[in-house]
Amino acid sequence: MKTKEESEKFFLISYIVIAAFLLLIIRLWQLQVLQGNKYRKLSEANRLRIITIPAPRGIIYDRNGIPLVKNSSYNCASVIPGEFDRGKAETLARFLRVPADEIINKLNVKDLSPFVPVRLKEGLSFNELAYIESRRSDFPGMIIEADISREYIYGDLGAHLVGYLGKLTPSQTEDAAFDDVPLDAFIGQWGVEKLLDKSLRGIPGKRIIEVDALGRELRLLQEKSPVKGEDVTLSLDINLQKEAERAFGERAGALVAINPKNGEILGMISKPSFDPNLFTKRISHKDWTSLTHDMKNPMLNRALQSQYPPGSTFKIVTAIAGLEEGVITPETKIECHGGISYGRWHFGCWRKHGHGVISLHRAIVESCDVYFYEVGRRLGIDRIYNYAMKLGLGRKTGIELGTERKGLVPNTKWKMETKKLPWFLGETFNTSIGQGYVTATPLQMAVLTGVIVNGGDLFKPTLIKGAKPIISGKVKIRPETLEIINTGLTGVVNESSGTGWAAKSPTTQIGGKTGTAQVVASRYFSQRFRDHAWFIAFAPVEKPEIALSVFVEHGGHGGAAAAPIARRAIEAYLNEKSRDFKDLNVQSRSQTNKEF
Amino acid sequence: MFNLDRRLIKNFDWLTLIVVLAIAIIGIITIYSATRPLPLEEQSVFYIKQVFWLVFGIISLFLVSLFDYIWLSRLSIYFYIIGIILLIGVLILGSSGMGAQRWLSVGHFSFQPSEIFKLFYIIMLSQHLSSINGPLNTVSLLRIFLMIVLVPFSLLFKQPDLGTALIIFLLFVLLVIVKGLHKKVAILFVILSLISLPFFGSIFWEGLKDYQKSRIVAFMEPKEDLTGIGYHITQSKITVGSGGLIGKGYLEGTQGPFRFLPEKHTDFIFSVFAEEWGFLGSLLLLFLYLMIILRGVDTARTAKDEFGKFLALGITFMFSIYFFVNVGMTLGMMPVVGIPLPFMSYGGTALLSNLLAIGILINIRLRRFHLF
Repeated sequence: MKTKEESEKFFLISYIVIAAFLLLIIRLWQLQVLQGNKYRKLSEANRLRIITIPAPRGIIYDRNGIPLVKNSSYNCASVIPGEFDRGKAETLARFLRVPADEIINKLNVKDLSPFVPVRLKEGLSFNELAYIESRRSDFPGMIIEADISREYIYGDLGAHLVGYLGKLTPSQTEDAAFDDVPLDAFIGQWGVEKLLDKSLRGIPGKRIIEVDALGRELRLLQEKSPVKGEDVTLSLDINLQKEAERAFGERAGALVAINPKNGEILGMISKPSFDPNLFTKRISHKDWTSLTHDMKNPMLNRALQSQYPPGSTFKIVTAIAGLEEGVITPETKIECHGGISYGRWHFGCWRKHGHGVISLHRAIVESCDVYFYEVGRRLGIDRIYNYAMKLGLGRKTGIELGTERKGLVPNTKWKMETKKLPWFLGETFNTSIGQGYVTATPLQMAVLTGVIVNGGDLFKPTLIKGAKPIISGKVKIRPETLEIINTGLTGVVNESSGTGWAAKSPTTQIGGKTGTAQVVASRYFSQRFRDHAWFIAFAPVEKPEIALSVFVEHGGHGGAAAAPIARRAIEAYLNEKSRDFKDLNVQSRSQTNKEF
Repeated sequence: MFNLDRRLIKNFDWLTLIVVLAIAIIGIITIYSATRPLPLEEQSVFYIKQVFWLVFGIISLFLVSLFDYIWLSRLSIYFYIIGIILLIGVLILGSSGMGAQRWLSVGHFSFQPSEIFKLFYIIMLSQHLSSINGPLNTVSLLRIFLMIVLVPFSLLFKQPDLGTALIIFLLFVLLVIVKGLHKKVAILFVILSLISLPFFGSIFWEGLKDYQKSRIVAFMEPKEDLTGIGYHITQSKITVGSGGLIGKGYLEGTQGPFRFLPEKHTDFIFSVFAEEWGFLGSLLLLFLYLMIILRGVDTARTAKDEFGKFLALGITFMFSIYFFVNVGMTLGMMPVVGIPLPFMSYGGTALLSNLLAIGILINIRLRRFHLF
């Protein structure tokens, strides 16, 4: 092998390597052991801040493009848990004027990210903002965050339909469907806001910022811009809403207007209403209790959640069934002496002196009860039941808006099952004129009106303008029958003896039917003895564009209480429509006429 | 061949293999920690990829150690030519990362030819040096430089892969010194270097890309540039220093995952390790590297022939340069050159070529007694 000299060469190399290693070790010792504390502090000064940038929510428009909501920004005071000294929580609480335990609870949430700000006070006023900004250095880790809040321009007008936003409920935070929603975010909790929440919501952006120990922002590490939610145009007409609202005044009740050609909801009123703006900045306990404990129940959407006997409006069903089943013809004459007797009971007509000998047309126009007792007797309850069901009563309309009630249409089978009693003829009399067991929601009555004027298409009501119409059922009614009914309903409003004279409009010809639902005497609510008033209507009669139902709680007689509301809603809607293509003269004339 | 299996297993350099494997596993664990996601992000797959490369590399290592390394000498010229072609291929077809073209893509698979080329280059250089008797004279020195060193150096400089280019040149210088020079040549070598240094230096400086210049400036004056390269050095020092004596603990380091440290899973992997394991852990890691290097020098010393000696020495020098430059860089002792830490840094081609190199070292040690 090679010489000693050769071996020495290799040992020299080894020594050089070892010496170099010693150099590295000395340097490591210097950095990690001698200066370790200094560098540890520097590493703690390296901090991140993750800020979510809220996505503007989609705007909700009425059918004419008028915005019903708007987004406005507001400021909140927040702290970044990783940068905030919890020992200062109480001082900060006093400074922000919020309860100390509220702040402490918020910061004690499990799995809290040290980088994501926690909101302590929302909706700061300008003065508060300036004050906090000036004292920020006293509370390292406190920042001002901007967020977007929802404002409902028309307040309680159509609140049940547009809905409102709220924070995630405890059950929603567990739900995987809301995983991508920040804990602090507001989401749709009611109405259209809830129904279309996914598309209205948008996608929040985020910003990851490097900051130093004093919370000064050093540089942006990552940024994702928010994506605005999609706008939506409702089928709702805000002018109709406004006018109907005014017409209702302080009375409780509901109005539903639909387009009979496609099922679009043109208007929906439920009175009393509530102000959805109360919810957008975390509703206070006091406001919530007063809303939910109010005897008048403003949170109830009466348009689809309250059901009442439809009264004489139901006579339309009885008449259609009679004509279609052939138990009467338009010429069939029946004599009304102001009532009939059946066994021990007396069934009266609303006009005590009677109508004399009348045919179907006058029976509808003047709403003769005795005529329909007789039609009902000839039909029997089960045939009335069949037609009522076909026309959409007794089942849900399928509107995608909270819990809808389905009303009730009785028959012999139903009575046997629930009351364990056979059916009495007297109950058929009651049902024929819409009293007794039969109940319906205002929404169902509006849909029913639509079916009669469009020739038999039962549309699923929709809230979105231009949505593809969904037909949930078709009723086969002979055109002659519909002709007779429509002529009758036109007479109700336009003939001198008609019960719905109060709905007569100078600008358009309206057809309709009054209804009065008797309120059973109750010991507890003696002050509420007055009957409920109904009115269903459509216009213009030759080519209907709007069908609606009005219900006034304890309103008294339908013709007096509900018919004027229907007229004003119809006029508001048709005038707005005509403004699009008619000249100014027509418009000004119609306005003068309205005052008449 | 199979009769020799016993001795093959007995004389196999298990120590080197186990130490290398230990470092590679420490590397994967550290890559996992360094690439931990921020909230709202997903864990990256770097560490899984690295596991695949490690398995592939270990298999290759065994294959390389099976046959006599004398074949490497016989095939050296072909390897070298293939290597040069690959480097030219990168210049023409390569894709770039961080302002430099270094990768060749074949389908989904992309690799860095310069990593493989280094091995071919060392084989070629060793073959040539071992074929010359006695110290080098001027003619043979110039011949080696012009034939073997200049072409790849220029190609790498053009890419630009500054780190590899410097290593190729340094390996040439070191191996020539070991080989020995005639006294007159040696004096001439030194004088010429000293004269040409300023001249060469200015060409070198002009040839650098801006990011390379800024690295050197930043090394001289780290405070000048707190957001750029100087920031990297400062942050690396903070990362290492904040580890203290015993470290912050595994998965407790903050500098890497929170993006304060750039290139945390590649060039600055040592900083991440030092942050989590402290001075004591780093000491152990340095000791493992020291074992590989000293073992490599010993393999060279005991090699049965000149080719084996230069080959083992070339490979060991390569690891040493990588190691010292990389760790020196993370400790703020060297400029940021952008070369990885062998066996630990994330990077498939580098890990594979380093394991192949270890396979060759083991091969040389295995056949040190003229028995095979």
